[in-house]
Amino acid sequence: MKKLMLLTSGLALCAGMAVANDDLVQQMDDPTQWAIQTGDYKNQRYSKLDSINKENVGDLQVAWTFSTGVLRGHEGSPLVVGDTMYVHTPFPNIVYALDLADEGKIKWKYEPKQDPDVIPVMCCDTVNRGVAYADGKIFLHQADTKVVALNAEDGSVEWEVVNGDPSIGETNTATVLPVKDKVIVGISGGEFGVRGHVTAYNISDGSQAWRAYSMGPDEDILVDPENTTHLGEPVGENSGTNTWEGDQWQIGGGTTWGWYSADLDENLMYYGTGNPSTWNPSQRPGDNRWSMTIMARDIDTGEAKWFYQMTPHDEWDYDGVNEMILTEQEIDGEERKLLTHFDRNGLAYTMDRVSGELLVAEKYDPVVNWTSGVDMDPESDTYGRPEVVAQYSTEQNGEDVNSTGICPAALGTKDQQPASYDPELELFLVPTNHVCMDYEPFRVSYTAGQPYVGATLSMYPAPDSHGGMGNFIAWDNINGEIKWSNPEQFSVWSGSLTTAGGITFYGTLEGYLKAVDTETGEELYKFRTPSGIIGNVMTYERDGKQHIAVLSGVGGWAGIGLAAGLTNPNDGLGAVGGYAALSDYTALGGQLTVFTLPD
Amino acid sequence: MSTGIRLTLASALVALPITASAQNWSDQPVDPANHDEAVAYEENGRYFNEEDVPTYNVAEDGTVDWLTFSGFRRYHAECHVCHGPDGEGSSYAPKVKNSAVHMGYYDFYDVVVNGRGNGNSVMPHFGDNPNVMCYLDDIYVYLKARGMDAIPRGRPGSKEAKSDAIQEDEDACMG
Repeated sequence: MKKLMLLTSGLALCAGMAVANDDLVQQMDDPTQWAIQTGDYKNQRYSKLDSINKENVGDLQVAWTFSTGVLRGHEGSPLVVGDTMYVHTPFPNIVYALDLADEGKIKWKYEPKQDPDVIPVMCCDTVNRGVAYADGKIFLHQADTKVVALNAEDGSVEWEVVNGDPSIGETNTATVLPVKDKVIVGISGGEFGVRGHVTAYNISDGSQAWRAYSMGPDEDILVDPENTTHLGEPVGENSGTNTWEGDQWQIGGGTTWGWYSADLDENLMYYGTGNPSTWNPSQRPGDNRWSMTIMARDIDTGEAKWFYQMTPHDEWDYDGVNEMILTEQEIDGEERKLLTHFDRNGLAYTMDRVSGELLVAEKYDPVVNWTSGVDMDPESDTYGRPEVVAQYSTEQNGEDVNSTGICPAALGTKDQQPASYDPELELFLVPTNHVCMDYEPFRVSYTAGQPYVGATLSMYPAPDSHGGMGNFIAWDNINGEIKWSNPEQFSVWSGSLTTAGGITFYGTLEGYLKAVDTETGEELYKFRTPSGIIGNVMTYERDGKQHIAVLSGVGGWAGIGLAAGLTNPNDGLGAVGGYAALSDYTALGGQLTVFTLPD
Repeated sequence: MSTGIRLTLASALVALPITASAQNWSDQPVDPANHDEAVAYEENGRYFNEEDVPTYNVAEDGTVDWLTFSGFRRYHAECHVCHGPDGEGSSYAPKVKNSAVHMGYYDFYDVVVNGRGNGNSVMPHFGDNPNVMCYLDDIYVYLKARGMDAIPRGRPGSKEAKSDAIQEDEDACMG
């Protein structure tokens, strides 16, 4: 009942707050700015700016730099809105407002007080993927799950709300999605047995509008059993509990720490849910719905329109949280509204984002071997399911058995590092990992606030390949094909940027900012920044000049997994230790580097 | 090496890594010649050194004792997401294979149970986590074997069978 009333009041507010949304839409439409982490609501990370282009990008120079004062993994990117650049840091999550009209002078700085006890419950580094802007406010979602709305002009706190409980392992690493009159936020903690959820707060005052859990009773997961669909069929009653044993859904995972996109015309927002807890699949029989699922929800009410579970009953930690990139393209002679998603499981999915119909599901790294492919026959009982190869099934091999040679590794063929899209070429530019693993699940017990993992894994570069741990690829989402692929020594853990100048930028773990020809992949420029790059490249225009900016600061999963280099126990003694150690190339850092062309 | 010198060394290094840990990727090298971890006796599949501290046992052919193998598994479930594969350290947390040797059994145990912090570098407390506490000796001897370079990186190739006594202890601890 209480929930119903909240929903109603949320709806009532909606009409009055349309202005806030219009503001952000206008800011995003102005290519001289970078008003949202994802470039736009479609998550295309594409800029219409073209004064830096194929012909002149080789002349790019550093214009200015800024030290963030924090030595940790720096994910996300700065925003530029009006005369101000907003720069965030990993824990303790400082926000700087830099005055671009006054040589980058610090207009204001906000440093939250957070309990350091949150640090060790953040799996894999204290990263933060950046702030968001709407309605004259800067939104910061802190590590300890406090969501803060800051006055964009002076940094004063307008409201704050606590979204989760770090003492049970709930933390935050993601940015937020401001859309219409709401700011929509996620939660991390899949390795701590958190039950994932997405929550909408009203921008005006921080009051909660709706919360949708990833699993649990229908009223928790906000479905209409008759009208919410999975591959065109109604999900039915209790879909968030009836593929779990007992009450395991209560610690079911399915966290929501990725990037969100939105289609205002359809009034839908899109995101993916993470792995089910634990990593030991034998301990949680069933499909574990709705972990590992692409979700389309109504922006105003949170009600689910459609779901698609990519990896039922995960056996490899292939979180489904990566970004959903929205495009309008012709497929089979018909113009359709599409959603393209590069999943951790190594498959790239193209879907109709209105109906939730699955159109394409193909491997975007040829080494992917845990599945022979997705059943694309709508008449089949296993429609939409990946066929699992028995040899690589950690469930079928069982507890206490080491399943070897599984590709990709738990890092995924791609993790959160977002891809970009060139609408002219209809090409996706994708930073990827090229790493495989051995995986041995075993029994664990759950303790609130403690890791709930239950598997041992060893990772190594994809065997019988180029020896590197990454590729930067171009992907055709209609035909499901790689157009070109550049090998990289390390995983590419930086979000890319594609521009109307015909070029695509990305960072590397050694610290290079690279520019390549979007059409061919030919490398046109590189510059070594002070530390490894796991941040996303952005662009803006100032005084008629286009700038490119990126955060350096190695860390995250990449800094943890690759620091000492990887070894392949199956290679025999000669090769052990033969792979590159990231620590031989870079050290911790925290710096913004801004590039432009010389006058 | 005499116990006296070992203790001095250990306490000096217990203080050090707190500042060093903020840097990470710091090497804290171990010279195996300066540490005596040789097996003094065996008890129901568990091995101990002269000071009655659990230690690893690596046979001529590379076969490791059960605890070392089990420690490899538990480490890579509970610890490696911060301390990196094979105890090698990361951009986030120090090279714990060396800490295990420098700190010695009792300080190592204390830090895992109670945690410790220094600014933005925080080791959590695992005292109430059975997945760690029931296997703390396993994790310790595994890391010590790594720090002493007694075993290579990666999964140990062959292992002794799990003794009945170890199984009974595990069952009792995990409940």
